[in-house]
This record gives sequence, structure tokens and C-alpha cells, in this order.
Amino acid sequence: MSVLQATPPRRTRNEIPARAGVGLKAPHYRTILETQPDIGFFEVHAENYMGAGGPPHRYLTEIRTRYPLTLHGVGLSIGADRPLDRDHLRRLAELVVRYEPGLFSEHLAWSSHGGLFFNDLLPVPYTLQTLHRVCEHIDQAQEYLGRQMLLENPSTYVAFAESTYWEVDFIAEVARRTGCGLLLDVNNVYVACTNQHWDPTRYIDQFPLSHVRQIHLAGYARDADERGRPLLIDSHDRQVDEIVWDLYARTIEKLGPTPTLIEWDQNLPEWAELQAEATRAEAVLSGQRQNDEMSRASLG
Amino acid sequence: MTRCLVRPLAEVQREFAAALRDPDLPIPADCVDPDGCPDTKRFAVYRNNVVSSLIESLGESYPAVRRLLGEACFRETARAHAAQDLPRSPVMLEYGAEFPAFLAQFEPLADFPYLSDVARIERAWLESYHAAEAAPLDPSALAGVPEHRAGDLCLTLHPSVRIVQSSFPALSIWHMNIGDAAVQPIDLEGGGEDALVARPEAEVQVRALPAGGALFLAALAENECLAKAAERASESCPEFNLTDHLTGLLATGLVIAGRLKRRRSRGH
Repeated sequence: MSVLQATPPRRTRNEIPARAGVGLKAPHYRTILETQPDIGFFEVHAENYMGAGGPPHRYLTEIRTRYPLTLHGVGLSIGADRPLDRDHLRRLAELVVRYEPGLFSEHLAWSSHGGLFFNDLLPVPYTLQTLHRVCEHIDQAQEYLGRQMLLENPSTYVAFAESTYWEVDFIAEVARRTGCGLLLDVNNVYVACTNQHWDPTRYIDQFPLSHVRQIHLAGYARDADERGRPLLIDSHDRQVDEIVWDLYARTIEKLGPTPTLIEWDQNLPEWAELQAEATRAEAVLSGQRQNDEMSRASLG
Repeated sequence: MTRCLVRPLAEVQREFAAALRDPDLPIPADCVDPDGCPDTKRFAVYRNNVVSSLIESLGESYPAVRRLLGEACFRETARAHAAQDLPRSPVMLEYGAEFPAFLAQFEPLADFPYLSDVARIERAWLESYHAAEAAPLDPSALAGVPEHRAGDLCLTLHPSVRIVQSSFPALSIWHMNIGDAAVQPIDLEGGGEDALVARPEAEVQVRALPAGGALFLAALAENECLAKAAERASESCPEFNLTDHLTGLLATGLVIAGRLKRRRSRGH
């Protein structure tokens, strides 16, 4: 009998509150358990919990008894032309059963090809052909996992000459055809819009917000392309940029309070700094909640 | 008449993947900037993401090798490794299993033959860390085994048990290079060390095995019974003491099951 079985899980509800959450990282396990910070939910990368046992599962099990959890996949390769990896789907399904996450999300990207895994989220051409393949894969994943999944908008550095859809229209069509929910990464919006010379405000305004179930916020790094134009890199290694906070506030104003995750995967800060980012998102959410209540009161 | 202008997605991705792996290849012609022009620096972000994420992943799995080599040298070594060994699975915690073997044959580091063994300890640590949970066998469960049958006992070791044998003092070198431990001179000719890596409880434990211990455990792991395992250990280590080793194994929770080997019936 394993230690994990020895403590029967008495979990908090798996519904994700419209609050700020934080990406869970191993260096913060102990601090979180010892201080039990007031955080709306935690999110984990599914692939980090695909080992058979050990401390990652022990800590996640403990943390899951105290907080709602969202599961974020980075390796399903939904945008690949190749069929989905059945073994990977099975591993995801096992995590879903074991931890009962409130939401499961994956990326509009591909990362596997020819039996190799590139450990990066690679872009897809926005064509009818890709649309069919992505929808087929999402249908398959949702059926296999027995639940709705969320699809995340990508950050991209190149465009494909053959694309016939604008990214936002492509994503809206995927959501319409598959019934999947959407994860709106506001940092990715800003990164992609800068790199592709799109207007981020228009991106948000045109985005099918009624399908959005979760938001991601993260930091980006600055670089330049061959012609010296700004090229932003989705680096997840620093604070959320001011301009992304502005775009986030605008998004929440249109969307209403929505579960919002702070992602910080590289160059990890102390827990307090991460929590401060979550507190800032929380302030935007509660400000919107108050606005909503006031406008309801004045209508009533 | 219509012509298919759109290339198959499989072909787009094949070309993209090939250019991703080989920086000497031209970037795919259909990967463009917002004006529809090719831009090598934009495509290079993906090339760089792949390589640097693999270097970073390897560095997290092999912190002692990283410290021994120094950051710059480690990155070049990891880069050379990534060039010939990309992950085969999206489960990145499995990545880097071949790194110790890579180090053993990596010409620029031929003067440091112990590196590969230090890497094997780190790999064993990682595997032990992620290994399945299992409850240790209560030693009293073996109390009913009659003494004359004790040699027929086959023991199942905890799934986290790993053994690393080295003809170098690899364990001492590893110990000295995890975290910020102080370094001292080590005599590389001072004889080999065998390490036992296991995680019977929450944390991974690494310790030196006494003489014969590695052979004994390896035999048990191959499902040999106690008598056979002790015999193998004694061949190279005449002073091997079965009782001591067995007691130690049971006390540290590294045995999770035991069963008596069936004796062949006679007279047929």
C-alpha cells in the first residue's frame, strides 16, 4: 500500500474560482504547505507529474487537499499532423482521475514529429487543413478524457505564408466546431500581436470571449528580428509587463471575473514575489466584481 | 480547374522539424515575417528554444556534472548531446538517460573518465526520486521461514533501488559537488566506490555499499534467491556476510516482498 493511499483525499471542490492562481513549482512546495497562502488555485504542468511516484506526487496530493487545481498540458502536440500519442492521452487521463483538476488545457501548437519531441510549442499554418486536424485531435482528447478541454492561443515568432485564417478566426472556428473552451493567454496575445504586427486591442475585442474559461499572465523578453523590429519572446522568466496588465484589465472588463493564472517557469523568484503578482491580478478581479455589483444595483 | 496550392501539413512540419534540428539548413520558405519575407532571426527563436530548453533540462538533472564542468563547458557538452539525442517522449523527466553513456565517449572530456560514473549516480538519483511508492516488508513476515529454507528466499527490492558501481571514487566526487559542498582533493587512484540509491520514504538516500553489496543487490534484482545472490557476492568478496547485508536491507525498508523459491521435485 502506498503512502498516497494511506491518506484518503478529502478535497476542496474542483470548481475553479474566478480568482488568481499560481503555477506550482517544486521549490515552493514546502513554503506553500507551511504558510498555506490565500491563493485561488494552483496549476501544474501535467508532464511534470508523469513519474510513477515520489515527492512530486506526495506534495501535489497534499496541496490538492487544500486548493483547487488546474492541469496544463505542454506535450500533447495537438497541432501535429500525426495522430495523437495514445500513451500520452492515457497518462493525462490517469492524472485527471487522480487529481480531479477543475480545468484541463493544452496549446494550439505542435511539439512532436517523427518520433522526436522538441520541447517547444511550435506554430501551425492557419489553413482549413490544419483546422480539420486540430478539431479531430481536440474531439479525440475530449472524448478520451471524458471532459471539455481548453485550448490556449499561442505566442508566435513567424507566420506561415499559406495561412488563410487570422489566428483569432481560426481559434473561434475550432471552439465552435469542437465545443472546447478557451484559455486566453494575455501575454501571448501581446507577444503575438507585437511579432505579427496586429493590434492587441482588436485581438481581444474579436476573440470569442464567451468560450474563455481561464486566463494566463506571464512575463516576456525583448529581442529584435533581422530588420531590427521588436521581437518579443514568451519567456515566463519575469514579472508580467505593465502593458500586459493593462490589456488584462481591459479583457476582464469585457469578460467579467475569470480564473487567472500567473505563470513563471524560468528564473524562479521567491514565493513572496509570485504571490505579489497573484495579489495584483486578484485586485483587478475584485475591482471588476465590485463594478459588476454596482451596475447590477443601479439597474435593480 | 483547381490546383492544390496548399502543401500537406505533414510536409510543412517535416520541413520545419528538419530546419529546427539543423541550423545549417535554410529556414522553411513559408515561415515569414509580417511582410511575407523570410527572417532567419525569427526562425532562430524556435531553434534556440529547443536547444536551450534541453540544455536547461539536462542541467537540472545533472547538477554535480554541471558544477564539475563549469557552466560554459557544461552548456557546450549538453549542446553536443542534444544534437544527437533529442527527447523521444513528451515526458521530459525521462530525458537525459543516455547522457552518462554520452559522456563516456565524448572525446573532449576524455581526460575526465569519472564524469560518466558521477552522471550515472545523478541519473540513478532522478529515477529513484520518480520511482513508484511501495511499502517495506515487515521483517517479522519472514520469521516463519524455516532456517534450512532461508537460502531459497527470493526478495523483491523497493522500486526506487538503484546500484551504481564505479572504478573511481565517483560517490565521493558526487557528494562533494551537490549543493555548495566544500571541495577537497580526491585521490582518483584510491579505488572504486559502489553507491546505493534508494527512496524507501519521502527523500532519496545515497550511500556507499560495503564490499560485495553491489553484486548481492544486483543478483537479488535479477530474482536470484538469497543463497545464489550470496554466492555471487562471495565470489569476488570472500568476507561477504549474508546476515549483515540482509539485516541492513530489511532495516532500511528496501525489501517490499519475499517468497520461497519452489524446489524442484525429485524422482522424475
